[in-house]
Amino acid sequence: MDIPAFLDQLFAARMSILKGMGMTVSISFLAICIGTALGVGVGLGLTYGAKPLRWIVRAYTDFIRGTPVLVLILASYYVLGAIGVDLGPFEAGVLALAVFCSSHVGEIVRGALQSIPLGQTEAAKAIGLTFPQTFAYVLGPQALRQILPAWVNTAAEMVKASTLLSIIGVAELLLRTQELISRTFLSLEFYFFAGFLYFVVNYGIERFGRYVERKTSIPT
Amino acid sequence: MGYTLNFSAVWRSFDLLLEGLALSLALACAAILIGCAIGLVTAFCLMSKSGAYRRPARAYVTIIRNTPILVLILFTYFALPQLGLTLSKIESFVLTLAIYSGAYLAEVFRAGLLSVPIGLREAGLAIGLREMQIRSAIILPLMVRNVLPSLGSTFISLFKDTSLAAAIAIPELTFEARKINVETFRVIETWIVASLLYVATCSVLAALVRVAERRLSIPR
Repeated sequence: MDIPAFLDQLFAARMSILKGMGMTVSISFLAICIGTALGVGVGLGLTYGAKPLRWIVRAYTDFIRGTPVLVLILASYYVLGAIGVDLGPFEAGVLALAVFCSSHVGEIVRGALQSIPLGQTEAAKAIGLTFPQTFAYVLGPQALRQILPAWVNTAAEMVKASTLLSIIGVAELLLRTQELISRTFLSLEFYFFAGFLYFVVNYGIERFGRYVERKTSIPT
Repeated sequence: MGYTLNFSAVWRSFDLLLEGLALSLALACAAILIGCAIGLVTAFCLMSKSGAYRRPARAYVTIIRNTPILVLILFTYFALPQLGLTLSKIESFVLTLAIYSGAYLAEVFRAGLLSVPIGLREAGLAIGLREMQIRSAIILPLMVRNVLPSLGSTFISLFKDTSLAAAIAIPELTFEARKINVETFRVIETWIVASLLYVATCSVLAALVRVAERRLSIPR
């Protein structure tokens, strides 16, 4: 291992790595935002939807959860182009990750809502709350306590899954690293460095998740 | 739209997809067998009173869980040869997947071990069993029943992760699908068939796990 040569190359490539990092962050951020918005809808549909709607949403989540993310990304990239929706690799990749994220968030929301004892809903009915009121004052706040920590975990999953976009040619951190390696042949050093950067980001998110979990738990 | 679905090109190469699927399953099986061994040892280390065992085990779990699997795969395959460890594609992929799953299984097994009541261990000590006998005859059989659902879902997600082997050109299902896609341009058909194969395999695996759970459950 040649440390000085690596540091030289690292300094020369700092802009490229920073751009890659920025790309990784924007992919993850967009995927999480869109995925969460979709996922809350999916979760509500799974819990409160009428029969046919619930079946459709269930089929959607089961299909997405049974397919590897890489297949979703490749399919979104190639298939959307074939049916005339011309998306670049970035948009297609973000879309695939958002869809993947939505099925996970959907299951989290459903799990949280269903774990609230039925007695709570009945009590709310008994004191005359309408359904939107029940949701806003009784179910929502309790579900949120369970959703938040799991949701932060999903965010870390998204950062990790964003590496797969390198396969369809989005210049995020991993692809930038691969470009650097093909130029400098320092594969050990640069893969290690990329792994380290991802670790730092995800470890930060994980610690934040622990913090959120502590904050949202019911004080004893 | 001007696109007519025509599955004949995909059916002609269906054998390739099935071979790919078989390889995916084989990779996942090999990885989880080694991963279970790693996970079990790590779980015992995580629960050890001595920091000399606990700290390295905790570091291993934290590092692996916070690093994207694609980075790990590329690192093992492209960077380790620099350190003099040259593995074939399949060896390096199975090794990576095993180390990766080991970190997740360690947490699964730890939860399983914690769920075995302490009284059983004490009872074992009382009738004069040695530490290893208590582990193999009392704790492990009970733990296996407890962890079966999580073990099953880890295996299913591991099976989906085998799609990443396409990144280092191992001819598993995703790789074959991509090849058919590029050779025939039957984009939509290829990805529909490939993702349905994944979804179908995942549901069969989930059903098998449920059967195993029923078979192994303690009769009441």
